[in-house]
Amino acid sequence: MIPPAFDYHAPKTVGEAIALLGSLGSDAKLLAGGHSLLPMMKLRFAQPAHLIDINRIPELRGICEDGADVVIGAMTSENALIDSAILRARVPLLAEAPKLIADPQVRNRGTIGGDIAHGDPANDHPALSIAVDASFTLEGPKGRRVVAAEDFFLGTYMTALADDEMLVSIRVPGFAPGTGWAYEKLKRKTGDWATAGAAVVLRMAGGQVTHARIALTNVAPQALRAQAAEQALIGQPLTDASINAAAAAAMAITDPAEDLRGDREYKTAMTGQMLKRAIRAAAARAA
Amino acid sequence: MSKKLVSMTVNGKKQERAVEPRTLLVHFLREELNLTGAHIGCETSHCGACTVDIDGQSVKSCTHLAVQCEGADVLTVEGLTGLTQGGVLHAVQEGFYKEHGLQCGFCTPGMLVRAYRLLIDNPNPTEAEIRAGISGNLCRCTGYQNIVKAIQYAAAKLQQTEKVAA
Repeated sequence: MIPPAFDYHAPKTVGEAIALLGSLGSDAKLLAGGHSLLPMMKLRFAQPAHLIDINRIPELRGICEDGADVVIGAMTSENALIDSAILRARVPLLAEAPKLIADPQVRNRGTIGGDIAHGDPANDHPALSIAVDASFTLEGPKGRRVVAAEDFFLGTYMTALADDEMLVSIRVPGFAPGTGWAYEKLKRKTGDWATAGAAVVLRMAGGQVTHARIALTNVAPQALRAQAAEQALIGQPLTDASINAAAAAAMAITDPAEDLRGDREYKTAMTGQMLKRAIRAAAARAA
Repeated sequence: MSKKLVSMTVNGKKQERAVEPRTLLVHFLREELNLTGAHIGCETSHCGACTVDIDGQSVKSCTHLAVQCEGADVLTVEGLTGLTQGGVLHAVQEGFYKEHGLQCGFCTPGMLVRAYRLLIDNPNPTEAEIRAGISGNLCRCTGYQNIVKAIQYAAAKLQQTEKVAA
């Protein structure tokens, strides 16, 4: 399978890329890792007249600390996240979870920004970003703006990104000491998308949960923040009853699409299971 | 849709061609350069039969454009023997031969190039690390047991060679 013909552009700076997006309009697509876009083009689900390859823009790659935050360039690869000493120390969930994404070759090409901006509810970084309370810096002809991860995902392949904007970086508050975290993803095989996935970040003090953020992968048209599930935990000691209440609250908000991974009932049940496991794993890491 | 001039190094040799931007790297290698080692399997970046090495990283060449390789250093399975003295089999190739690491052979070029990079990144992998390392390469003969043994053979041989050299 060969993609339909297109014109290829390889800008060297974000400014050049945005100028191209502006002049080429909705006929153009940004090419990040290409592991979603190129397969879609082969299948004629996408037929952009122009591809703007943003792989040659050095300012879009890399991970650095900025005060209490960690800033991740949108074109940072999944394997670079896994190998990052900064992430392991400050936001370990984002160094660990990408090991569950795709396979070693795909992780060399696939990027955190592509995974987010694609707007595919099956991708893992949307829920991870919501769970770590990330914010996204978007740049367009009118300048930069910042959108919270929680407000970015609007539906399947729909995000807050305008046609002439690109995601340039992801800002994540470093975890406070003692923060527990986990991502549980049920998948049939290596490289598969989640049947259901749950990301949890929590903190405990005096035997009670003081902070919880919970987000779900691939069980609705977009990644979901499960606020009622968070509320079921906060202010409570962690017990079977509170964990079951959180799972029930998460299962109540799912709206999964039936596919070969399972029907709606199964995916909803697995959402509960993944969340229970993730809460327990996060609590085991919390100090 | 005008053609683009692209130049890259493939198996140590400089190559320059005018290609359509939509030309996938695997087609460029097979049809322009007659390097048919990288195989076209699933075409959707799942099976790994098309795996090549680009600038020191394993990449699935069915999901990468040839124009993206401007200035890149590409290694295919054909280049492995070029890395050894006198054109003898590379240690990973010898391992697959000695340990019967192939049945039909379709996945083998991707397995070899992936194993080559895996052993540079992690010269002394555990069995679990080998299995995780080749998790992006499917063998539909399901011959994984011997593929793992072949990579273990290659790891031991490469370590021994290094010791002798030291």
